[in-house]
Amino acid sequence: MSTFLLLRHREIPNLDQLDVYRQHGGFEAFQKAITTLQPKEVTDEVKASGLRGRGGAGFPTGMKWSFIDNNNWPHYVVANADESEPGTFKDREIMEGNPYQFLEGVMICAYAVQAQSAYIYLRGEFWQLAAELDKRIQALEAAGLLGDNILGTNFSLRLYTHLGAGAYICGEETALLESLEGKLGQPRLRPPFPPSYGLYGKPTIVNNVETLTNVPLIVARGAKWYKTMGTERSPGTKIFSLCGQVNKPGNYELPLGTTFRELIFTHGGGLKDGRKVKAIMPAGASSSIIVATEEALDTPMDYENTQKVGSVLGSASVIVIDDSVSMEWVINKTLHFFKHESCGKCTPCREGTYWMMHISDRISRGQANEEDLETLNDVALNIQGKCLCALGEFSTMAVVTGIERFKSDFELRLAQNANPESPETVLAAVD
Amino acid sequence: MNLLYEKYAAEIKHILAKYPADQKRSAVMPLLYLAQQEQGYIQKQDLQMIAEILDISATDVGSIVGFYTLYHDHPGGKHRLQVCNDLPCALRGADEFLEKLCENLGVQVGETTPDGLVTIEAVMCLAGCDRAPLFQVQDAEGIRYYENQTVETALQLVEHWRSDGATPAPSPLGLRAGQEKSSTPLPDETVTGLSAEVRDETASDTAATETQETD
Repeated sequence: MSTFLLLRHREIPNLDQLDVYRQHGGFEAFQKAITTLQPKEVTDEVKASGLRGRGGAGFPTGMKWSFIDNNNWPHYVVANADESEPGTFKDREIMEGNPYQFLEGVMICAYAVQAQSAYIYLRGEFWQLAAELDKRIQALEAAGLLGDNILGTNFSLRLYTHLGAGAYICGEETALLESLEGKLGQPRLRPPFPPSYGLYGKPTIVNNVETLTNVPLIVARGAKWYKTMGTERSPGTKIFSLCGQVNKPGNYELPLGTTFRELIFTHGGGLKDGRKVKAIMPAGASSSIIVATEEALDTPMDYENTQKVGSVLGSASVIVIDDSVSMEWVINKTLHFFKHESCGKCTPCREGTYWMMHISDRISRGQANEEDLETLNDVALNIQGKCLCALGEFSTMAVVTGIERFKSDFELRLAQNANPESPETVLAAVD
Repeated sequence: MNLLYEKYAAEIKHILAKYPADQKRSAVMPLLYLAQQEQGYIQKQDLQMIAEILDISATDVGSIVGFYTLYHDHPGGKHRLQVCNDLPCALRGADEFLEKLCENLGVQVGETTPDGLVTIEAVMCLAGCDRAPLFQVQDAEGIRYYENQTVETALQLVEHWRSDGATPAPSPLGLRAGQEKSSTPLPDETVTGLSAEVRDETASDTAATETQETD
């Protein structure tokens, strides 16, 4: 078995060229699907594979496809290429290095739900990448793999790219659909979910880039083969975006269930200057902060086990924080991010992120006391469970767990505030 | 008379063809990019012209400009140099990078150099956390990434602009980790953007990486 399923361009030169991709089995799965399988059979195979959404929520992909409302037409497929979570940079590498496998996944999904139009929503910063994808799409049209009556079948499909313009919230699927409709990127009340009410009010499947990139392999080699990798409940491989204070940050494609220790030390080359891992944020800035105990380092990274150490796997953007850094500084950073990215629709998130950021700034400036810390925690807890989408919730995770699990960082800061003469020893002095 | 439509008729038709005929509003974001292309910001009359093309109100168009960070309603420098200093980048020295860059250019974050050449902005995550410090440049050419940067390489870029191209530019884009293995040039020279350019710049990119790691 080859090392890579998704990052195959690392082994196969020029995989971003259509002829090279086809020489390596490219579009055989798509051809198999549209010429020999019923749409439902494709969905059933993906369902049987146990593939779970790689964007963060981990929802079973085949099940999502099976929810498509067949009493309402037309159907749409939308690829979520809005990759914006601080710490995540995997979809970009897939689309740059192995773009056709991703596009084939979009096309197979479109066949499974009988969509004739599919959109790829890319964050605006991926401007050049979108231009590249447009050329790939043209190449597919020229090769007769996109267009009307593809390969002599009744199936017709067109792909389009659409650029966002800088808004984290558009990674949330209903906000993304609003944005694609030309409106503010603000989330919708759910239910109804996109498979019944999506783009232009029509049944729509929204899947992450990495999720879709798995699909051609599942259709080509079968669900049984796919389930031989990863864990029973989290099958397959996953791209872990490793960043922060490690020697070799980057994307690592590993089976789900690989431990944090293996990722950070075996693949990531350990930490700089013999520093120790103090904390891990396994799902980017949205993470609960894991205390990097020996036990935590030995935890398998899959959807279930990550919860046991008090966090979630999310999009598997693993931020490593060493023992020179104060969590007080970390949450200040995340709060500036979430305050900026709150879309403003739900009051608890809009106002809460504003106030959390200001209290955190006050702590950083040395103007806070014990009571401010309690207020910060209190505001965070009052956002939870009160917003339409997960962004509100995400903004509180690092705050609540940071204060709970690294209280001394905050106390030390407050003590310094009380005694401004004391040397600054805590604030992160990176490099 | 719609000046925007007259100027970009072919592009606008191409954009509108992407969306169902009764969902023209979807084209508002690509049309805003078109309108912004030359001046670097959206002007009042652009809102009205886009509104006419899409049969929506100028207020609707304006709300989109206000919501998304890559649209600007005020003029900036010829190039907007946008540095990410979010958590993952900051853990790799992005705050210091931004501070020193500003110091060298004699501006604060958000300000434009007196000659109107560069506006320095701090932005949110750019999906390049493993290659920090990094920034993107937004200008008439679109948006492109500069990764694994040092203050020196960033200043070299500014100097390249200032001298109107007389001094060399640093590498425009980083390589994704591992892509070095597939480094033969694209046969299709018409392919613009990342792949071809990136591959030409492998050497200087590697140099930048090494500088980074010895920090």
